[in-house]
Amino acid sequence: MRRISIRHLGRVPKRRENRRAELALAALASLSLVILGLIFVFLIKESLPLFKSYPIGTFLTGLEWQPTSANVRFGLVPLLTGSLVVTAGAALLAVPLSLGLALFVSEVAPPRVREFLKPCMELLAAIPSVVWGFIGLVVISGWIKDAFSLNSGLCALNGSILLAIMALPTIVTLSEDALRAVPAAYRNASLAVGASRWETMIHVTFRAARPGLVAAVMLGLGRVVGETMTVLMVTGNASHISFSLLDSVRTMTATIAAEMAECPWGTPHYHALFSVGATLFVITFIINGIADLLLRKEVR
Amino acid sequence: MRRTNGSRARGLTAVVLILAVGLTVGLASGCRKSVGPQDGLTGSLVIRGSDTLVNLSAAWAEAFMIAHPGVQVSVSGGGSSTGFAALIDGSVDLANASRPIKSSERDSLQGKGKPAVEHVVALDAVTMIINPANGVASLTMAQLADILTGKITNWNALGGASQAITIYSRETSSGTYAFVQEHVLKGADFVASARLMPSTESILQAVAQDRGGIGYIGLGYLTDAVKPLSVASEAGSDPVVPSDEAAASGAYPLARPLFVYSAGEPGELARAFLDFCVSTSGREITTEMGFVAPPEGN
Repeated sequence: MRRISIRHLGRVPKRRENRRAELALAALASLSLVILGLIFVFLIKESLPLFKSYPIGTFLTGLEWQPTSANVRFGLVPLLTGSLVVTAGAALLAVPLSLGLALFVSEVAPPRVREFLKPCMELLAAIPSVVWGFIGLVVISGWIKDAFSLNSGLCALNGSILLAIMALPTIVTLSEDALRAVPAAYRNASLAVGASRWETMIHVTFRAARPGLVAAVMLGLGRVVGETMTVLMVTGNASHISFSLLDSVRTMTATIAAEMAECPWGTPHYHALFSVGATLFVITFIINGIADLLLRKEVR
Repeated sequence: MRRTNGSRARGLTAVVLILAVGLTVGLASGCRKSVGPQDGLTGSLVIRGSDTLVNLSAAWAEAFMIAHPGVQVSVSGGGSSTGFAALIDGSVDLANASRPIKSSERDSLQGKGKPAVEHVVALDAVTMIINPANGVASLTMAQLADILTGKITNWNALGGASQAITIYSRETSSGTYAFVQEHVLKGADFVASARLMPSTESILQAVAQDRGGIGYIGLGYLTDAVKPLSVASEAGSDPVVPSDEAAASGAYPLARPLFVYSAGEPGELARAFLDFCVSTSGREITTEMGFVAPPEGN
């Protein structure tokens, strides 16, 4: 038994089992960090060989993606705008829908309705992306074609609709958490000074939860920016630059999925696809990073 | 609690027993029962590559496996380039291809000490399809090239109704894409606004629904939902309707051979399979699937 002196007061000596358990858990936790780091290193390592034969400036600003032509061009811009347009469209559709749903579930709905709605929404998240792609191909393309009198319903809007539905569960769950985290005192004070429930919801609770809500939206969109199968099936994959939601687009993810299987290992095309993947990784990382910062700010 | 522990143990035993029985049945069902004549051919073949060939290849594989019960043949698609990549990797025995091997791919195989060996197994007619409501009946190769490179953007320039042209192409990994790019576009690029669809079926569906659509498929995939275009090699010559006879005789400009490549000379099983593909029963299957049997003596 250790002798306890005045110096040891206030500091409990840790027993060996505690130390071992802590180390094991810390190792597991750092594993995720290590894997993330390794993925990043791998992506960069496989991307760099492209830039020996193809200038990085041309890659980042090139306006054409023609990897298998006689005059090979690896331009990121069409793919970047494709992903951007589809994700922006998804944001436009998802934000009002999911924030409204989150407000309803956390502030308005009676407990029974809430207990029913939440599992339904989780179920949405469980549907495989290829099934969504199929629904887009068969059902939604017909609607879009008729509604906008287009030649074809395979466009960015189709992808945006599906991505908005896929982002819904993530955004609603996180928004709901943010709304619940608003102290009851705020709500009570607002109601006490005579504001209606609606006014309280919008002007007090909603505003107080704003950083958390923004983070929820960014995390949900960060997830869908990496969505592959769905957009591959429904956006038409045309590699031109277009900012119209009713036009076909080619996303970064669909490009990698469609072209990776064909490239022989080590060709410039192979490395170009890794460069696209690295870009995607960086974008997702930035989105999630900002969302995380916002979430921390909220926990004051 | 004793009672809970007992019932838990029973539940656990039941689950383990069900799993054990289920696994045994599942694994045992994989074992082949030998039926029919045993000719000693056993083993497995893995074939990958052209989506144009995949259905035909699968039909051959099925018939071959019935004739030789000791053999397992697996066929998958992914595009001709995918098949070549797999052949170079050594992960497949045979690669289906709707285009000839590229010199870079040939060099890779040579570098591995297994030079590519080409086998022609069938002929195909690449069919340009349009929507049934489209009035245009035939086009010349030059007009097709202008459409696909984006020089012509409306059907009224070709004698049809005023309707914007939408192009539905295969992805760049497809041998059919490579064939069209080489023989119709003469190496030029498709226009950037061409939709790159993941499969022949998706092209069929898209063109069937789009009044201004034009796409290309292998003849074997033609359905009534779309209308095939007759193609004339030059402005003055007669347009030729895509058909088996026109492809075999060489009259149809967009006819092409379909290949199977092996790394080095094919092994016993692969040789037997390839011989089957051009045998009488193999040729019957080829014609049934809408392709053209290769000339005899290949």
